[in-house]
Amino acid sequence: MSFWTRHQVFEKNSIILVVGILLVIAIGGLVEITPLFYLKSTIEVVDGVRPYTPLELAGRNIYVREGCYLCHSQMIRPLRDEVERYGHFSLAAESMFDHPFQWGSKRTGPDLARVGAKYSDDWHVTHLTNPRAIVPQSVMPGYPFLAQTEVDPDTIADHMRTLRTVGVPYTDDQIANAAADMKAQADPDNAGADAFTKRYAKAVVRNFDGKTGTPTEMDALIAYLQMLGTLVDFKIYNEKANLR
Amino acid sequence: MVSGGVFFQRESAMPQPSISKTMTAGESGLALIFAVTAFLCVVASAKALDAPFAFHAALSAAASLAAVFFIINNYYDRPAALPAAEINGRPNYNMGPIKFSSFMAMFWGIAGFLVGLIIASQLAWPALNFDLPWIQFGRLRPLHTSAVIFAFGGNVLLATSFYVVQKSCHVRLAGYIAPWFVVVGYNFFILIAGTGYLLGVTQGKEYAEPEWYSDLWLTIVWVTYLLVFLVTIIKRKEPHIFVANWFYLAFIVTIAVLHLGNNPALPVSFFGSKSYIAWGGIQDAMFQWWYGHNAVGFFLTAGFLAIMYYFIPKRAERPIYSYRLSIIHFWALIFLYIWAGPHHLHYTALPDWTQTLGMTFSIMLWMPSWGGMINGLMTLSGAWDKLRTDPVLRMLVVSVAFYGMSTFEGPMMSIKVVNSLSHYTDWTIGHVHSGALGWVGFVSFGALYCLVPWAWNRKGLYSLKLVNWHFWIATLGIVLYISAMWVSGILQGLMWRAYTSLGFLEYSFIETVEAMHPFYVIRAAGGALFLIGALIMAYNLWMTVRVGEQEVQMPVALQPAE
Repeated sequence: MSFWTRHQVFEKNSIILVVGILLVIAIGGLVEITPLFYLKSTIEVVDGVRPYTPLELAGRNIYVREGCYLCHSQMIRPLRDEVERYGHFSLAAESMFDHPFQWGSKRTGPDLARVGAKYSDDWHVTHLTNPRAIVPQSVMPGYPFLAQTEVDPDTIADHMRTLRTVGVPYTDDQIANAAADMKAQADPDNAGADAFTKRYAKAVVRNFDGKTGTPTEMDALIAYLQMLGTLVDFKIYNEKANLR
Repeated sequence: MVSGGVFFQRESAMPQPSISKTMTAGESGLALIFAVTAFLCVVASAKALDAPFAFHAALSAAASLAAVFFIINNYYDRPAALPAAEINGRPNYNMGPIKFSSFMAMFWGIAGFLVGLIIASQLAWPALNFDLPWIQFGRLRPLHTSAVIFAFGGNVLLATSFYVVQKSCHVRLAGYIAPWFVVVGYNFFILIAGTGYLLGVTQGKEYAEPEWYSDLWLTIVWVTYLLVFLVTIIKRKEPHIFVANWFYLAFIVTIAVLHLGNNPALPVSFFGSKSYIAWGGIQDAMFQWWYGHNAVGFFLTAGFLAIMYYFIPKRAERPIYSYRLSIIHFWALIFLYIWAGPHHLHYTALPDWTQTLGMTFSIMLWMPSWGGMINGLMTLSGAWDKLRTDPVLRMLVVSVAFYGMSTFEGPMMSIKVVNSLSHYTDWTIGHVHSGALGWVGFVSFGALYCLVPWAWNRKGLYSLKLVNWHFWIATLGIVLYISAMWVSGILQGLMWRAYTSLGFLEYSFIETVEAMHPFYVIRAAGGALFLIGALIMAYNLWMTVRVGEQEVQMPVALQPAE
């Protein structure tokens, strides 16, 4: 019986055809995806990466909501010009707590993986409100409405609890103090600021948008942008230990 | 569900004089389920944590009530017997859902092209964002991609698959309400997803932006779609399953697998729109592009290849060039495509072994892709003269040529060194659009130009001359679009890596943005031409339905099995 005759079993039986399709399409995905969950070399061993603070998390949600990832990548490739333009190439470990990942696929604007601490908070407020006030040739939309909307400190603990269920290691302490921490990070005079910085290593406490009162979406987004790429200290990072 | 209007013709049942009228299990069951759903949605709307969720719950409640009304109203209107499977020995084909999807395809196509034109213009003239949240680029861009891929493309696939599976199996579409549930339910998914984007409801995963509740609804609709399609095949009168149906099946089954694999998310609350995806970081990236590339491979390729395998032979009145080639084409394409995802993650933190696998399989994918192209083009052997006289056939054939072009460009761009230049630039956007406008767009237009007269029982199109205008205007638009993006993409890639003789980076980032402006203007002009073409098409199809001459029903001779 020739191959072509044997193939008729698929042509004449719809269920066998469906099973055949399922088997054939399963192979590639299984081979490429499953090892990423158990191969130890997939994510580098590195100090400093921590879950987002409540304010940073709220800022990240705004980043996702406004579709920033459609024009800004967060993934520096190990190419000479990129490393010189943006800094050390991105590690897998740096986005291991990202649900969803925001590596992006297009750079209509520059990469943001290490934008943290690169510009002042003032610069960000002006730039987000009207990008062309600072960079005349920019094609970025303006986001003045962020400064007028407050974030909600009361629901952020629920978000952190959900993230813990999907694998982000938030502690009970961090979740219990989420609302207070959110206010404290945007207010250096807040009594809880010290306790907050103990809970989140390298977290920055500043009045990001320059306005007092409940943190705004502007505060949150800038808090997020200002921490991007700042957690790993590449002066002490051991590249050789993580060769893949 | 939609009664009256242009979609639904009262279908004559077999004359069975004494039959007591009862609701089918599907009618009563669905009416009950929708009534419960309406109640639950009202509750959800009242308890909603955020405004978009409240809006969507209210919309779902209204839609559920409308569904209950249409089911019951239709029950009172219809004859006691359900539409017969056969009349006088001929299959009594179900054209209603096909007409509905064809109409929606045209509607969403124009909407999607229009939003594309708007966002292209925003990149050239950023003032068009108007500093408003709802219409800024970051929210409109997912609306554009979803509207053209899932709304336009999806409705074309629904319409053609329901047509092809009936005709090639010589049997009426399975189910009475189920096909309507699929086409209306799918378009309701589009409505929820699209309005969600404008309100800032998104998962933040490209081409998989709809939030958890839209994803759940789509899952229900999609499983029903698979069942309707599969049961129709099982009831077929032909021993063999026609080639196009293999491709439709692979498309439906694989999209289900991809959708479930990429979207497992945990909502923060069952009364709120926000959820967090189960996968994180690198695993999420791999799942995303396994999904993303195979949305291209199975939604935009396998599904539309099914259209190629039915509509080109039909329109050219020639058999498929090689049946054996189509067997090889089918299995090789679906096996190889699924591996290609990692080429979207070259030089990222994804491990090298995965990147190399992705690149290797992407290059191999060139072969089945061109095998399919050859099979489509060579079907015209002995009928090439028809390209001169039939602009619809020309559209179908040119779409296959574009398919060949972008399936050569794709493997080339998946080579790591090429990708190091092309990635993150407009070259990718150009590549996508040579496939989307040239291949998916043209093959869809060609199929709709065939399908509308067939489904509405018209002798032919209102005007072939207008098809000719559509063809040339749209082709010019595509050429402007893709050549502008090639130039801007390669230019920007080269500018990013340019060094001065002293070893400094030559250009700041913003200088590379500024250099893009003229190409963004040309791209927008190309998009505008493509939109104009689609408007001409919509007019032409509208007139075909309104004033076209009725085809006289002829008893069909059975075609020989493939």
